[in-house]
Amino acid sequence: MTHALTDDAVTKDGCAIRASGVGRVFAGTKGHQVIALDDVHLEVAEGEFVSLIGPSGCGKSTLLRIVADLDHPTSGSLTVFGKSTHQARVDQDYGIAFQQAGLLPWRTVAANVGLPLEVHGVARSDRQTRVEELLELVGLTDFARSYPDQLSGGMQQRVAIARALAESPRLLLMDEPFGALDEITRERMQAELVRICSETGAAVLFVTHSIPEAVFLSDRVVVMTPRPGRIIEIVDSRPTAGHARDDEFRDAEEFFHTIARVRELLHGGPVAAARGVETR
Amino acid sequence: MTAPSAWARFAVRALLGTGGVLAVAGLWEAYKALGPDTGVVVHGVVVLPRTTDMAMPHVWDMLHKFSQPVNIFSGHQTVGSAVLDACVFSLKLAATGWLIGVVVGFALAVLMARFRLAESAMLPWIVLSQTVPLIAIAPLVRRWGSQIHIGGWTWTSENSVAVIAAYLAFFPVAVGALRGLRSPDATHLDLMHAYGVGWWRGLVKLRLPASVPYLLPALRLAAASAVIGTVVAEVSIGLRGGVGRMIIEYAQSAGGDPAKPWAPIFGAIGVGLVAAGAVGLIGLLLRPYRRGEAS
Amino acid sequence: MSLAATERAEATLRMRPLRDARFTTLLAPALLGVATIGLWQLVVDVFNIDAFIVPSPQSIWSEFLDSRSSIWHGMLGTGRNALYGLLIGAALGILGALVANAVKVIDLMAVPIVAALSVVPIVALAPVLYTMFGAAANTARVIVAALTVIIPVYVNTLRGLRQVKVVHRELMHVYAARPVFVARAVTLPTASPYVFTGLRIASSLAVISALIAEYFGGPVDGLGKAITTAASSSNYPLAWAYVLGSILLGLAFYVVTLLVELRVARHSSPSTSTVSL
Repeated sequence: MTHALTDDAVTKDGCAIRASGVGRVFAGTKGHQVIALDDVHLEVAEGEFVSLIGPSGCGKSTLLRIVADLDHPTSGSLTVFGKSTHQARVDQDYGIAFQQAGLLPWRTVAANVGLPLEVHGVARSDRQTRVEELLELVGLTDFARSYPDQLSGGMQQRVAIARALAESPRLLLMDEPFGALDEITRERMQAELVRICSETGAAVLFVTHSIPEAVFLSDRVVVMTPRPGRIIEIVDSRPTAGHARDDEFRDAEEFFHTIARVRELLHGGPVAAARGVETR
Repeated sequence: MTAPSAWARFAVRALLGTGGVLAVAGLWEAYKALGPDTGVVVHGVVVLPRTTDMAMPHVWDMLHKFSQPVNIFSGHQTVGSAVLDACVFSLKLAATGWLIGVVVGFALAVLMARFRLAESAMLPWIVLSQTVPLIAIAPLVRRWGSQIHIGGWTWTSENSVAVIAAYLAFFPVAVGALRGLRSPDATHLDLMHAYGVGWWRGLVKLRLPASVPYLLPALRLAAASAVIGTVVAEVSIGLRGGVGRMIIEYAQSAGGDPAKPWAPIFGAIGVGLVAAGAVGLIGLLLRPYRRGEAS
Repeated sequence: MSLAATERAEATLRMRPLRDARFTTLLAPALLGVATIGLWQLVVDVFNIDAFIVPSPQSIWSEFLDSRSSIWHGMLGTGRNALYGLLIGAALGILGALVANAVKVIDLMAVPIVAALSVVPIVALAPVLYTMFGAAANTARVIVAALTVIIPVYVNTLRGLRQVKVVHRELMHVYAARPVFVARAVTLPTASPYVFTGLRIASSLAVISALIAEYFGGPVDGLGKAITTAASSSNYPLAWAYVLGSILLGLAFYVVTLLVELRVARHSSPSTSTVSL
């Protein structure tokens, strides 16, 4: 998992993602056009954790899909580690996790985690070692031989994250990966993600509609509005020096303060003081 | 980049569909023109057909046949109108068989949905029932029927054909309706339970509407099966008047007129398509219940 | 959370004790079968019904034992035609579905042909097929069986190929996986339960249609010919014994297909593992 950091392809500009003037227009029925993204400028540094937040229809998922080369901008340009998104995909510069775990039901947990390695022709023995490492990382060593339908939703999502990490990517794309989980599992998964990120040093682009989740995980929170999808502000949510992202941080003054700030932006004006956990 | 209108899509589909039929006809003629007269024989087995006019008449000859008189004795009646008459006759029998099959199949499905024991006891036999070669029991059905006299009413060969059609038609309905009746989400079942609704009212309020997406394809399959059953039963019982018997009669005269047996075969296809189309109309009426239908 | 609820329901279904499952899946249908046969025998005995109306199970069984070698011979003859037909039809059906799935134009062109083939009684083609391929060979019968098989296999395979989930397709896209790998890792495993549904329907259809095709001509080596011969010489218990043989043959085809399916597709979605169309 260290080979990503020592990778010789050092990024030219120190940026994992660089979007400038990105727009995406969908053709609707009968000539109507839907502007999903409008003039988006965003830079994600290497090793940085950036969340995209906003109501549905604000284009946050579209932006992530463009980064993943699952969609293409109709205007502007977007590069991943200084390359085109297509090249970055071919070079496998990123790992991805969706809202649905998307595991193959006929494969064991181990075979699911090893899937990307298998696609890219990693030898069986190397694959095995790596899969064991990954399963230990997400705490599922005992379930290597289980099938996805035997796991709970949270466990399935952990398998999906292990799969996303399989090739030690320097960039992780996560599209509401905890969206379908209950609050308790969700907080535990968030803590695990923080740990995994600090261990791997990967940059993360994280789509969510939960304010506390975005604030807890991110270095910066990108707040977006719909129709047309735009960035209205980028909020710095790094814990101040001396604070770690742990359960204590969830009760910290600055945590609530940042949450209130993000919420204010989303509602387009000041709102009653945050009470914390009930917001999702 | 606007989405094409429904009409444009329909036109494309119709055009391509016609193209498909023409492609088959073209393939037929191309092989007939290029293939060897004796057919392609591999290790003594005829793999591709003979190409003589006797074995493979021209497509246009088959179509032309419809406008010609049935035979020299029949006067004005053309093959086309004779086939049409036979088709109407068979379609009526198939419709009767379909109706019986739907009622029986649905009753079985409700029984199996109500009692799990009924399902496990009966379902294997229902599946097994379709491995019985229909044609073998067709003469027996007629013989059983001929024993039945109720008042002034006697069992006819037509009734036997309808019963045999029903024997094929009930199967898809029983299986499809069972799946449909079992399809409601656990949430909805819990909801009904919370409302204090009994099984039978739950059947009407929840299971029945939920079964529609499964039922409609089953009804369509049943219609096709009923037509197949009718034709096969007509052949094996020897009932005159329908398109099944006509296929045999015309095939016997194929020696002098190879294009003739194709006319009732096209007729049989027509009957099947009309039957399936009629069931499709039922689907239009039930449209609100078809949201989220698995295609 | 309806999803969680159904998951739970399925889990409990899977965890049903083996003893319980044994009773409902094996004993219940067996009991029903025995009861039906018993009642049949009783009715024939009590009302003294003539064999030409319905022979008793006992007389059918004794005929079956007496003529088991000729029944076996007939099963081999019909079974061979049905098997060739099943294999050819399945291969063509799967291949056709793969092509139709890849090329939209061909898919649309095939629609009316598939619709026509699925409603036409294929066996009615037997007379013209005998003139096309010769009445002395079994080719026409194999083709009748193959044509019957193609449609359910094609329709179900095509449906299966379309079940590939968006997540899985996008995942493969993100991995920049090659088409062969996508087919092997995602498309075929997704489609396989549907392919087997088609094959299961087709398996017994192949036997029936191969058998019925014998009624329209061709050489004398199958169950269909044997049934007519026995019936026309008024040996009804023997005719029924041949019918029994044909049921066993159809059942054998069905069960073998089922066993192959159980071996191949063990962990695909549980909802498709029951009897379906």
